[in-house]
Amino acid sequence: MHYNWNWGILFALSPDGNTPYIDLLLSGLEWTVITGVCAWVLAFILGSIIGVLRTLPSHTAERLGFVYVEFFRGIPLIVQLFVWFFVLPDLLPVEWGSWIKQLRNGPFYTSVIGLAFFTSPRVAEQVRAGIQSLAGGQLRAALAMGLTRPQAYRYVLLPLAYRIILPTLTSEMLNCLKNTSVALTIGLMELTAQTRAMQEFSFQVFEAFSVSTLLYVLLNLAVVAGMRVVERSAAIPGTLAKAR
Amino acid sequence: MIDYQNVCKWYGDFNVLKSCSTHVNKGEVVVVCGPSGSGKSTLIQCANGLTPFQKGTITVDGVSVGDRHTNLPKLRARVGMVFQHFELFPHLTVIANLRLAQEKVLGRDKASATEKGMALLERVGLAAHATKYPGQLSGGQQQRVAIARALAMNPVAMLFDEPTSALDPEMINEVLDVMTSLAADGMTMMVVTHEMGFARRVADRVVFMDAGEIVEDTTTEAFFREPESERARQFLSKILQH
Repeated sequence: MHYNWNWGILFALSPDGNTPYIDLLLSGLEWTVITGVCAWVLAFILGSIIGVLRTLPSHTAERLGFVYVEFFRGIPLIVQLFVWFFVLPDLLPVEWGSWIKQLRNGPFYTSVIGLAFFTSPRVAEQVRAGIQSLAGGQLRAALAMGLTRPQAYRYVLLPLAYRIILPTLTSEMLNCLKNTSVALTIGLMELTAQTRAMQEFSFQVFEAFSVSTLLYVLLNLAVVAGMRVVERSAAIPGTLAKAR
Repeated sequence: MIDYQNVCKWYGDFNVLKSCSTHVNKGEVVVVCGPSGSGKSTLIQCANGLTPFQKGTITVDGVSVGDRHTNLPKLRARVGMVFQHFELFPHLTVIANLRLAQEKVLGRDKASATEKGMALLERVGLAAHATKYPGQLSGGQQQRVAIARALAMNPVAMLFDEPTSALDPEMINEVLDVMTSLAADGMTMMVVTHEMGFARRVADRVVFMDAGEIVEDTTTEAFFREPESERARQFLSKILQH
């Protein structure tokens, strides 16, 4: 294969005339991080609520959680994003719909919401598994002391469950960050979108994708390192988890 | 103090408790014993509503447990419970285990909850371990912490659900000693246990259960001298053999 490598392209100006390509990629990375983090926070909150619902004695709560989980994890991410972005505004009353369509950074908000709803059932299932792995003894002990059920969850079950599922939550967080790349289909200029733009304008496809691959890997390593710190500080002395 | 009237409970088709009636008076120590699967633990767990029952009534200090309108958390805060597997909260230090319900349920401030907790740890001989985590203690120590944790709520009665069954033999006595001293202080206690020596020394009455029924409910002395039923005689002869 004949290919003209040209790493200098990174610092060449992009078609807008004053931004080098590397800055485009970095701004893409910025959107990737912001979108991923916002979606994750929302997914974590939603997922925790749904996960807790599925462990309650109430059948209604359990069923509600079940429907939510199976609905949002049963539909491909790209379809969900299309529905949020293209279909939903047209289903709403006209004024709301046009308000949404004219929203500045509309693709960003839609990506955050779509990605959060897509990720939340996966968090929910992990939270449920974490709580259910505690058997009944801890809950009974907490209730026996006079704690209410919400207090028992807040002070006993959830702190333990989150510790148990921390490693898999880390994977989920990485997935959430990487899944932001699907948002290029609704026009979010995140890292992959910027990479494709650079490739199309400069024809230096290998340089563009080498750099963005590297950026994705570094981003994930940073998350992993951060979560390792969290794991260590949350480790419980006297258990197999290693502190420090 | 604790009064059972014709309490019945089913798990599906299985009748765990068959019209059980008994009572624990204030300041009394009642030991519940019987073969495994006889319903002892279920009986004691009904007393604070941890296990629901379908028929009959249980009143604790004048409050009906089975009543829909009863504020169960409030009732439970007044009845201490100690479990077979300790159930200390592993992510909290010993003293934080003792503080949690004092602060969240009774609304005590941190300083007074700590003070109360330390006094009780002193009492069970574990003040030096206050800042350790449950996983760093032996089983016997954990169970003593669990007793202290229950006492921190100033309970009007204590329920013990096989408190020594998960312990190594050499640790059983340290737990029984704490329970004996509690009884000597006049605590109202209902104890499910296989420790017949403890029952003989400490209990005022013995309730013997078999297959979901209360077969005997009599004074400790009468129970060990001359059990009325054949089932109790057989149980005692098996358990006291060695």
